[in-house]
Parts: sequence; C-alpha cells; structure tokens
Amino acid sequence: MAQSQGWVRRYLKAFCKGFFVAVPVAVTFLDRVACVARVEGSSMQPSLNPGGSQSSDVVLLNHWKVRNFEVQRGDIVSLVSPKNPEQKIIKRVIALEGDIVKTIGHKNRYVKVPRGHIWVEGDHHGHSFDSNSFGPVSLGLLHAHATHILWPPERWQKLESVLPPERLPVQSEEK
Amino acid sequence: MLRGALGKTFRLLGYTIQYGCIAHCAFEYVGGVVMCSGPSMEPTIQNSDIVFAENLSRHFYGIQRGDIVIAKSPNDPKSNICKRVIGLEGDKILTNSSSDFFKSHSYVPTGHVWLEGDNLKNSTDSRYYGPIPYGLIRGRIFFKIWPLSDFGFLRDSPNGYRFSDD
Repeated sequence: MAQSQGWVRRYLKAFCKGFFVAVPVAVTFLDRVACVARVEGSSMQPSLNPGGSQSSDVVLLNHWKVRNFEVQRGDIVSLVSPKNPEQKIIKRVIALEGDIVKTIGHKNRYVKVPRGHIWVEGDHHGHSFDSNSFGPVSLGLLHAHATHILWPPERWQKLESVLPPERLPVQSEEK
Repeated sequence: MLRGALGKTFRLLGYTIQYGCIAHCAFEYVGGVVMCSGPSMEPTIQNSDIVFAENLSRHFYGIQRGDIVIAKSPNDPKSNICKRVIGLEGDKILTNSSSDFFKSHSYVPTGHVWLEGDNLKNSTDSRYYGPIPYGLIRGRIFFKIWPLSDFGFLRDSPNGYRFSDD
C-alpha cells in the first residue's frame, strides 16, 4: 500500500518537474531561436510554392538572426501583416531605410523608405499583397528570417538572399 | 575536484536557462513590471513611474479605446513608446486641434491604431507619425506600482475623450 502511494508521488513529482522545465524552454526556443512554418499562397513564386496548391513548402524560420532587426536586401523574411495582425506574411526585402524604390502599382511612383522601415515585395509581382499595396513596413513587425526550405524533400535547399537586378533601389543610403 | 566544479557549472547553467525561459514566457504571454520615462503621458504617468503591464489583451485582440499601451516605436524598433489608444481601425480621427478653423479628419486604416499621449503639448505620437500597425503593440498598462502616493489603477484620459461605441 505504502509502496504504490510512493510510486504515484514520485511520478507526479517527475511530471511536474519535466513540465515546468520542458514547456518554457520549448516555448522560448520556438519564439526566440527558430521554428518551422508552412507557406501558403503564390506571392513568392517561383522561389516558394512553385507547385501552387498541390504542395506547400515548409520553411525554417530563424528568429535569432533578426533579434537586432538586422536584415539585408534580398532576404526572405516573415512579418506580421500590417493589415491583419493575426496573420504572418512572407516576402523578400527589397529596400532598407533611406533607399528610394521605384514602385510597381503603388500610388506614388518613387518612395523613400523612412527610418526604421523596410520595403518588402513578393517575387510574383501582381499576385502579391506587399509594400506596393500597404507601403513601407516598420521593422518592429519583423518576425523571422526564412533560411531553408525543409519540405518537400526534393526541394531541400538554402534560400539565397538575392535581389533581382530589376528591383535594385534607385538610390541607396551609404551606411 | 575539477569534475565537481564542472558539475556545479553545468547545473548553474541549467538553472539559468530554465529560469530565463520561464521569465521569457511570463513577460511574453502574461505581463511584467515596466518603468516609464518621458513626459508624454503626464499627468497620468509621470517620468520614472513603475507600472504593471499585461500582455493577455494583445494576444486575444482585446485592446480597446482608452487603454494605455506599450508599443514598439514605428521609427526605432529597439525602443518602446507608451501612449493611449484614441482610435481603432475604422474610427474617424480629428487630425487638427479644435482651435483650427478648418477641421480635417482621417480614418484609421484596417489593422492599425491611433495613439496619443495624455500630455498633448509634449508628446510625439500618431499626430506626428500617423497610425501604427496593431502588430507593434506589446502590452496594456493598467496598474501603477510606484510612486506609492499614486498606487492603483490608472485614470481615464484627462483630455475629455468619451469612448462610447459610436
């Protein structure tokens, strides 16, 4: 009788200890270091989701790289949508603060990116809800840097930070 | 003796990581203590006051007009601002002071909020940088801890805003 009670108590103690260690560590890791996410939509074709609705790419999102809000032109980043805070969008960084971009479909032909903001665009112009619709986004909305495609296995690759030459900023601020 | 010291170091590291992660989860999902600086929220919050902020409202999208929020500054993501929510998405906002002859107004876009400090004469807020995206809001301030003479829940706006649902 005493033996079975002791077993239950030890089990409960081990469970609580595991729970209070494992859950915060796992949550902190997923929030601060890295997590994975499935990409939906066609706004980043052909880099992401080239197959359309048949197969969605799963990407590795690296939070650690953007902890100081440092991004480069050409990076693929995920950010909180400025129009809908419940949604995250994944786009490519085209211009940093101080650059002047030539827009596609924006109400102004040329836009200077204000301090603390970036200009993002999807690779599939015309099918992308990006800065050409909502203007420059604040760096505070930056969520993570997408570094690799993890799934499907035949699309396993590192995502390169390339800026298409026709989308280079008209003028960049020298740092 | 070296093995004992190494064991102790690893255990210390383990505890630090564990408590660090618990602290992150607490600040991120529940709330924490914040010290405010600056004159933009006087007289409701003075410089160097210590307040309690909760982050549950942000996650459940329960921020309302009249709430005092902490948000990331739109022009500098590494610093925080502390202002009152004057308008939510779709609200009509007067962008000129009422003493001007021509009143101009604008509507707060979807997914954005309009913030103003209580100290209107000395506050850089949405009247300067426009509405900010909801995603920049970090938490809601609802209780003052220090100074003890002002301990308690925070007052309504001294600028006479009536936040009825209209």
